[in-house]
Amino acid sequence: MNKRYKNKMQLEILSKSNNEAFARITVAAFAAQLDPTIEELSDIKTAVSEAVTNSIIHGYENKEGIIRINAYIYDNVLRIEIADQGKGIEDIEIAKQPLYTTKPELERSGMGFTIMDNFMDNLKVESVVGMGTKVTMEKKIADKNTNEEKNQEENFYV
Amino acid sequence: MQIKYLEQDKLLFFSLEEEIDHHTTKDLRRKMDYEIERHMPKKVIFNFDSVSFMDSAGIGLLLGRYKIVNMLRWRSSIN
Repeated sequence: MNKRYKNKMQLEILSKSNNEAFARITVAAFAAQLDPTIEELSDIKTAVSEAVTNSIIHGYENKEGIIRINAYIYDNVLRIEIADQGKGIEDIEIAKQPLYTTKPELERSGMGFTIMDNFMDNLKVESVVGMGTKVTMEKKIADKNTNEEKNQEENFYV
Repeated sequence: MQIKYLEQDKLLFFSLEEEIDHHTTKDLRRKMDYEIERHMPKKVIFNFDSVSFMDSAGIGLLLGRYKIVNMLRWRSSIN
């Protein structure tokens, strides 16, 4: 998507687990201007939480590092980019498989990428071993006002 | 998290609250395992009524407790 964005935010956090809540709430607050439903908001929060947790546990393996979150609004689409400079993913296709985890001892469910893929409309994962990983997600937020107006109009004519 | 244990029925209740993510599960896991080991209940019941957010870390937490409970042939149920 090369179209010019309408709005943009940037957030840089340390890879500490207590920043997970901060990151997802910040992105959700930014997304609020698209007037999402509660359900859409919790989808966004969960997807961000998964990506940030992945960076902390797998990317940096609980060592200190920086996670960069960029979010953009294009018309009615929210685009979120979450990038780390951690160890990277060797095989993205295997990592994306449901229930696959490299850290079962930490009681990871292996559902991170599956949740991101299902809760968002678009998911792209780019990674270079030793350099880091970047996750890009997009979600279309339905325009409720136009629907409401349409419904009202329909009611009016019926 | 509210913890309740019924001695005569050997029931252990965990009422979870607010947000469950990778950060909060560390503490929850420790507390839950402590209570399970201490009481050795017949049945463990999780209540998610007051939970406002949960991600895959919460699934991992539940599956982990389920495994422990299963291993010892207890039963666990989720409300």
